[in-house]
Amino acid sequence: MIAHHLPILQIIIPLMSAPICLVLRHARIAWVLSLAVSWICLVISVSLLVKVLDGGAISYELGDWAAPWGIEYHIDTLNAFVLVIVTAVGAVVMLYAKASVEAEVPEERRYLFYTMLMLCLTGLLGITITGDAFNLFVFLEISSLSSYVLISMGRDRRALTAAYRYLILGTVGATFYIIGVGLMYMMTGTLNFADLATLIPSVADTRTIQVALGFLTVGLCLKLALFPLHMWLPNAYVYAPSAVTVFLASTATKVAVYALIRVIFTIFGAVDILDIVQVRNLLMTMAIIAMFFGSIVAIYQMNVKRMLAYSSIAQIGYMILGVSLDTLTGVAAGIIHLFNHAMMKGSLFMALGAVIYQIGSVHLDDMAGLGRKMPLTMAAFVVGGLSLIGVPLTVGFISKWYLIQAVLERGWWPIAIIIITTSLLAVIYVWRVVEIIYFRAPSGAAAVATEAPVSLVVPTWILIGATLYFGIDATTTLDVAIAAARALIGGGS
Amino acid sequence: MELVGLLNYWIVIVLMMTGFYIVISHGNLVKKIVGLNVFQVSVFLLYITMGKVHGGTAPILEEGIALYSNPLPHVLILTAIVVGVATTALGLALVVRISDAYGTIEDDEIDAMENND
Repeated sequence: MIAHHLPILQIIIPLMSAPICLVLRHARIAWVLSLAVSWICLVISVSLLVKVLDGGAISYELGDWAAPWGIEYHIDTLNAFVLVIVTAVGAVVMLYAKASVEAEVPEERRYLFYTMLMLCLTGLLGITITGDAFNLFVFLEISSLSSYVLISMGRDRRALTAAYRYLILGTVGATFYIIGVGLMYMMTGTLNFADLATLIPSVADTRTIQVALGFLTVGLCLKLALFPLHMWLPNAYVYAPSAVTVFLASTATKVAVYALIRVIFTIFGAVDILDIVQVRNLLMTMAIIAMFFGSIVAIYQMNVKRMLAYSSIAQIGYMILGVSLDTLTGVAAGIIHLFNHAMMKGSLFMALGAVIYQIGSVHLDDMAGLGRKMPLTMAAFVVGGLSLIGVPLTVGFISKWYLIQAVLERGWWPIAIIIITTSLLAVIYVWRVVEIIYFRAPSGAAAVATEAPVSLVVPTWILIGATLYFGIDATTTLDVAIAAARALIGGGS
Repeated sequence: MELVGLLNYWIVIVLMMTGFYIVISHGNLVKKIVGLNVFQVSVFLLYITMGKVHGGTAPILEEGIALYSNPLPHVLILTAIVVGVATTALGLALVVRISDAYGTIEDDEIDAMENND
């Protein structure tokens, strides 16, 4: 009986825990509750994924209202996989949050922090699980509004302006999305993804639908920070509290990529509209520019957190490139990179959070010589960095291997060369950090620094463990990604 | 006639572009929020207009009423209005905090201070 209701429990449990945290007004209890809830969510999402892999897609009708009229939660391989990514990162971040938040957020605001984190988790899970276009907008705003608050909790006053700018751009993005949904509703009279997919082909040639696709794409690209719509991302990541950066960097943009995949391959899957209005070529061009731009700008950053933020922009380029290839391997490469990037970027930002905890800065000069003072944290950073580059035995290699394979299948070898070139750029920015933390004598705060507390190191190494494990034995994640891609594009090519 | 029939949509476009332009061009953080509001209101109007059926009444089950407006877009936009209010409130709250921290709410002055930080 309870198993039948898992899809709604996935949302309801974190949603209800938020007001409870608010009412309790107690930091430690709020943390324990959030930790318990995030692990329950992980268990639910894993069991949903197992169920979907065994028995195909699950459809859950809210309040037993039949699908096109009522809101439907539709879980197939793709969103079950994304649910696991979000909840897994959420669960590990909650382990990490306690020490990090105690250092960075004032006592009286901590319970609010956990309230917002739970709301953000709810929103992200809701975007992923729902099968209804308008419901997706509501969850998008729940996750966005709570993430603005979370970002503004950073210690630096620039966190406030970063949150404000994200609020403006994020709202414009969400409003664009809702305009797109409205235009689709005008032509089809439905909001259900599956229903839209069957009705769109008959009206695909109308200007309204083409404009709708434009609005949806631009709106979602703002949320996922595709170049040149990435302006909000670097400051938001840099000035947010460490735990928030970890959480947002490894989930929020991934969920937006998922939403874009849903729009392109589910709603517009049956039409050739991608060719009509050139969305695919546009996405591919922007993805390639993002790969170059992000990597090159990252090389020049002195703040390591900002460097990783720009690297995220480049990595989002890889995901969108995979998606824009529109082949089975390409989409699978994009999907698997969602998971892989979440693991490695999460662990890298966690390592930096530990550095902030110990020396209060992530400026490159302040981090000199930390390799000897904080060996475990810095070793984690190096492994994560290697994965960003795409060195074999890490998840980064798996992503790039499949991406290059997908590009070559299409015969577009110049793009393969671009992927390798941007990986070499990643070597430069990762090496810069490695050189300074290992081969320079420590000075200032770094000279007296010690290893970070266990509660920060263990979560970091859990994600690094995942980075290595799924880099060595990628059969599980690959099977899921390929199954998801096959379901999206119907086994073609 | 055509022009009059599409009047609402013309208003939507004008409001949308006005709001969007204010968001982009104004340096005052409060004015940006106002622009954002105008932008969102244009979308509310878009939804409300598309739900209207010419000659239809309110969608209430009643003897003798056959033609009524589509209630769904209207209900959707109630949700969107709530979201819009929340966004405005949060945006203004952030402006208050920014004003406390920087002593100004002009974008270029804040930029100048941030470059010195």
